[in-house]
Amino acid sequence: MEFEVVIGLETHVQLATSSKIFCGASAAYGGYPNEHVDPLTLALPGTLPVANKKVIEAAIMMGLATNCQIRRYSRFARKHYYYPDLPKGYQISQYDEPICEAGSVEIKLQSGAKRVIGLKRIHMEEDAGKNIHDVRTESSLVDLNRAGVPLLEVVTEPDLRSPAEAAEYLRVIRQIVRFLGISDGNMEEGSLRCDANISLRPLGQSAYGTRAEIKNINSFKFVERAIEYEIARQQSVLRGGGVVIQETRLFDSASGTTRSMRGKEESADYRYFPDPDLPPVVVEESWIEQIRSSMPPLPAALRRRLIDEYGLSEYDAEVLTAERSTVDYYLAVANAGKNRKLAANWVTTELFGLLKRDGLDIENAPVSAERLGELVGLIDEGVISGKIGKTVFEDMWSTGRSAAAIVEEKGLRQNSDEGEIARLIEGVLDSNPTQLGQYLSGNERLFPYFVGQVMKATKGMANPQILTKLLQDALKRRTGE
Amino acid sequence: MSTSLPPTQITPDISAIDAARLVASGEVSSVELTTLFLDRIEAHRDLNAFIEVPRERALAEAAEADAKRKQGAIAPLLGVPIAVKDLILTQGVRTTAASKILSNFIPPYDATVVSRLRAAGAVVVGKTNLDEFAMGSSNETSFFGPVKNPWDTSRVPGGSSGGSAAAVAARLAPAALGTDTGGSIRQPAALCGIVGMKPTYGRVSRYGVVAYASSLDQVGPMTRTVADSALLCGVLSGEDKHDATSSNRAVPDLVAACQRPVKGLRVGIPREYFVSGLSPEVKESVLRVAATLEAQGMIPVDISLPHSEVGLAVYYVLAPAEASSNLARYDGIRYGHRSTDAKGLTEVYRKSRSEGFGREVKRRIVIGSFVLSSGYYDAYYIRAQKTRTLIAQDFSNAFRDKCDVILAPTSPTTAFKAGEKTADPLAMYLNDIFTIPVNLAGLPGMSVPCGFDGQGLPIGAQLIGRPFDEETLFSVAAAFERVDTSWQKIPNGYA
Repeated sequence: MEFEVVIGLETHVQLATSSKIFCGASAAYGGYPNEHVDPLTLALPGTLPVANKKVIEAAIMMGLATNCQIRRYSRFARKHYYYPDLPKGYQISQYDEPICEAGSVEIKLQSGAKRVIGLKRIHMEEDAGKNIHDVRTESSLVDLNRAGVPLLEVVTEPDLRSPAEAAEYLRVIRQIVRFLGISDGNMEEGSLRCDANISLRPLGQSAYGTRAEIKNINSFKFVERAIEYEIARQQSVLRGGGVVIQETRLFDSASGTTRSMRGKEESADYRYFPDPDLPPVVVEESWIEQIRSSMPPLPAALRRRLIDEYGLSEYDAEVLTAERSTVDYYLAVANAGKNRKLAANWVTTELFGLLKRDGLDIENAPVSAERLGELVGLIDEGVISGKIGKTVFEDMWSTGRSAAAIVEEKGLRQNSDEGEIARLIEGVLDSNPTQLGQYLSGNERLFPYFVGQVMKATKGMANPQILTKLLQDALKRRTGE
Repeated sequence: MSTSLPPTQITPDISAIDAARLVASGEVSSVELTTLFLDRIEAHRDLNAFIEVPRERALAEAAEADAKRKQGAIAPLLGVPIAVKDLILTQGVRTTAASKILSNFIPPYDATVVSRLRAAGAVVVGKTNLDEFAMGSSNETSFFGPVKNPWDTSRVPGGSSGGSAAAVAARLAPAALGTDTGGSIRQPAALCGIVGMKPTYGRVSRYGVVAYASSLDQVGPMTRTVADSALLCGVLSGEDKHDATSSNRAVPDLVAACQRPVKGLRVGIPREYFVSGLSPEVKESVLRVAATLEAQGMIPVDISLPHSEVGLAVYYVLAPAEASSNLARYDGIRYGHRSTDAKGLTEVYRKSRSEGFGREVKRRIVIGSFVLSSGYYDAYYIRAQKTRTLIAQDFSNAFRDKCDVILAPTSPTTAFKAGEKTADPLAMYLNDIFTIPVNLAGLPGMSVPCGFDGQGLPIGAQLIGRPFDEETLFSVAAAFERVDTSWQKIPNGYA
């Protein structure tokens, strides 16, 4: 029997705010254990949460970026369970009144086709701390640095159909949060984590099969691997005549397998109820508009703009919008250098080439976008040739000097003097009668030979377009003679 | 112990306002005043009104107040000793909530109300006893033992702010802070013959107050005079960035409000509050208050608050629900009592909490966990919330159409015998039947002394106001106080 795979993802996005979601303690990653801890983080008696406005704004921004409906009135709720990394004995989350609902994101499949993945909800919540188990002393230690760091939980509809789609969806989410600047999307540091709900159903059946929830997926590589493993496991259960049981399974990245954590009957009763310490989150329309208008543009919109306004190819637009830093860099180059297509070529070939060679990120490129724009401008205006431009760029890269300074100092300005080039052409034709004879009798492949000779005569500084044009004219005249 | 004799004009019956005046004028030092009350606290330890008395620290604070005065500082409570309910955090001074589970807890920060008291110049003389986690109406659930009522030490002082009420009634401090979730300021104030004030929910910050039921808890003053109550209420009130439920409304001059005329104000008498279960003596006494107010030009009107009768039931769903959640943090992991013979995580939780919490607290945690659990949540918690809205609507209708202030009994009876109701939680809960609806509606409420029963036990009358209209409440209470002398009587042996 053939099965259809049904996947829903719950993605936790750690927000890059400076303070925690309900208090002033630092939300920075790392630090000595329990360095970023204050009375509220410790859940001392009498402490009260106060919602960080930046978190609400980030949630609204994420909701707008994913076509969600923003609730005008949402609530924080308490989710109860006991664990040493959860100091209050409850997590402040959102339950039946999340801030964002009913959204969607578009993903591109390998075939090139696009698919819309529905989002059920996005809600705000606090992260838990971390328990560290010391095998030597057989004791457990608690680090609460991460406790209270703000998270957005983004929940999809069961719309994903393959491990590759799930991974692509996650990449899109990562790209969006990075473009919005609300998270660094770093999976290794846990800024992006996801749980996957997976079920199988016989092809053609509309009812969903029983699902298993896979927890603890913390890298792009593992998303696909964990889901693939779980699909294979469920398939073999079903093909063997068994039934999939509803349970929570833990992904073990070392073995690439999932194992049962707890079954449905053991699932905790979280006793959710609205947090009486936090007033409802009331979002006025004007606030949403303010956020919407201050929101940085998203990859999809930028791609459209690069294609429609900048005349770039779909491929270039895709490459240039992979990261916010790349598109920012490109736009600055294009602004300074006028010729937008030429700017795109320079960013995607020369700049990317040197970045790759030196193992650098675009943020650390030794040549600023404005400087590269100036270089593109010089090429576009014909002051230097593209070929010379490459050596100038290498020079800029290593010395940090401007293109204009290098061109002037080294005398790299190309020769666009038509009269002088025409004279040199005549000289070359006159002093190469054999080759000229062969050309005139039909061997047009000798054209580059004459170009080379003239270039040599100008020490390579002749403007190639002018040279080509004048040489063609001169040869035509001689044919007619 | 160094005891300097205070000047003769200082008696322990002094009000906070008079004490502040004498300190400000230099007629008496804060050290003298503070010593007087510290000595009285020591002399009346049998009342068990205090859990912690940081004598040296209080005297140092008093000396500091004296030094500030000499430098010309002016503050409304400069040098005045105030007792603080031990549910309210005091930096460096143990705060226990009268529970074994917090019996070793020394807070690293002051509650906002304590910071405000300090900013007003007050000296914290001690931490008063209470029912464990403020859960009780007789102060008999305290891990540190019951508090006695100074009017009759065989009787309870009420609860949960029983220590504060007994301390103020016995003149062990001119004033004290209490907290009120279902009547915990007003009921003990009534049973001890003092003035107890619960401000509007949101008026006073809850930051640094051990949470019992967050949507109901409110700090307020317990004093012997209405003017003292107004002064303290003003000091405590105002927005706090640490409490998202605190209100940003401006705080009016409440002491000035005590002088406002009351003529023409309509006083609502809710018929549902004068029925069965109310002792005839209390009923008669409270109705006399209506007559007194009428004689001053107020207009008594009959009103109905039909949903108040289910207030008790609603409260005993919502308060335990919130409590079961608020008390989840006491897990023996980071602070507080941890069982010494627990192996493994689950045992640490189970034994620490089993050993650390008393019976009544456990009862409410169990009830609260039950009403929040899936399958029961809608039938209990959601229904209680809906009913809470109906109770609040009754009040707002009455205040919109009929009256400016409401008069009701505070407690159905005067102080009862210690041990009389400990075996019967329902009988105990009924003590708060007239005070609970006020918390559920988030209104300001106040208990003022209005007479004594045949056994000489004090009776309290409850005044209830519009949200954030503490001014009207104080004006009516002050008008009553000017013509009724019940508040002046001192319990035998405490003059």
